[in-house]
Amino acid sequence: MIEMRYEAPRTLKAALALLAAANGRAKVFAGGTDLLIQMRSGRVEPELLVDVKGIPEMRSIAEDKGGFRFGAAVTGMELVEHEGLAGMWPGVIDAVKLIGSIQVKGRASVGGNVCNASPAADSVPALVAARAVARIIGPNGKREVPVEEISAGPGRTSLGHGEMVVSFLLPRRPKRSADAYLRFTPRTEMDIAVVGAGVNLTLNAKGVCTRARVSLGAVAERVLLVPEAAAELIGRRVEAQALERLAAAASAACRPIDDKRGTKEFRIKVAGVMARRAAEIAVKRAKGEV
Amino acid sequence: MGKHRVMATVNGDAVEFLCETGQTLLEALRDELQLSGTKEGCGTGDCGACSVMLDGRLVCSCLVLGVEAQGKTIHTIEGMAKGEQLHPLQRKFLEHAALQCGICTPGMLISARALLERNPDPTEEQVRYGLAGNLCRCTGYHKIVEAVLDAAREMRGA
Repeated sequence: MIEMRYEAPRTLKAALALLAAANGRAKVFAGGTDLLIQMRSGRVEPELLVDVKGIPEMRSIAEDKGGFRFGAAVTGMELVEHEGLAGMWPGVIDAVKLIGSIQVKGRASVGGNVCNASPAADSVPALVAARAVARIIGPNGKREVPVEEISAGPGRTSLGHGEMVVSFLLPRRPKRSADAYLRFTPRTEMDIAVVGAGVNLTLNAKGVCTRARVSLGAVAERVLLVPEAAAELIGRRVEAQALERLAAAASAACRPIDDKRGTKEFRIKVAGVMARRAAEIAVKRAKGEV
Repeated sequence: MGKHRVMATVNGDAVEFLCETGQTLLEALRDELQLSGTKEGCGTGDCGACSVMLDGRLVCSCLVLGVEAQGKTIHTIEGMAKGEQLHPLQRKFLEHAALQCGICTPGMLISARALLERNPDPTEEQVRYGLAGNLCRCTGYHKIVEAVLDAAREMRGA
């Protein structure tokens, strides 16, 4: 057996060099809350762990272009405790708060949540609804990719060999904008989403929705962006009729599996309910009612 | 490349240990430093029995590598009492009989202390959420919650 190596580079350049030299047999190591479990179960057997927590770009939260940029290895607790980001993107924080326990959030990163590529990852629908863009670096330079394009199915990403996610940009948003994320789980804490729904919207002064994004988790092989559901809100007041049509469109977009957490039929129905309720919360937040 | 030599501060003491890349902080604490108060429950971050403070953050030590402790400050259950004098949380756990088998207790105490440091006057619900990452299969939690609320009262001087 080859002994596993550990490196903790201090710069992106050094991290890329390590990844390139490892020929696909390295793993980027941030919070480790998924990776260490996968290693212990023998599902992954990296020859090299590249601990990226010492790289400043991957650990900082800063205002950027009127929005916020946060490093891919920033922990869940650091995000939850950041008042500026939490104030601007409450739905993203709804989602991050639901990732595991306080202990897990003390380590787990959003970069890891995205790159682990679970269809049920809580932060992903919220990020997709939020139009979050991932900054990816690799042997061929830097690219900016919408978060919805990263997962390629359960446990698989569209990242190439030697690439890694450095940070995410939550963009600037107009006035009267807000987002929300809700999930269904049998328990209130420490559970994995049966269905998750993120809604991000903007209202005009008359209360009519001018922009919307709807995203669903745990109802397909990867997190879905559902423009048909968002279209039911845009140009309308977010009231009973529009909400019913949103729910129907969300349900129609689902292509879930049956598993121990829920049946297909249940997931399809609940996806509509979660999307509707998340939209109701987002509207209240956009109007400054909560 | 052999073992990593790690220097850290544990419960205020400078320590040094050797570990392999795959060894967890939990294993390093228990097997290399003989600090066996921190328990392994699930080994997958679900049960919280291995909770410790790492640079001021509550974490599961089974989900931290030993090599990551280099230069870090760690607090474990062994540092909670001051000599013979128990921490109020420890005393209240005994008074309220908030433990049975005891495997979850060190993690519960570490989490409860972290909670009270952030929020000295929690509601019962806040205590339950604050300890949601710590599973107990004996007590049904009620006595643990009571003990934490009582310790909080005492620590506030209420």
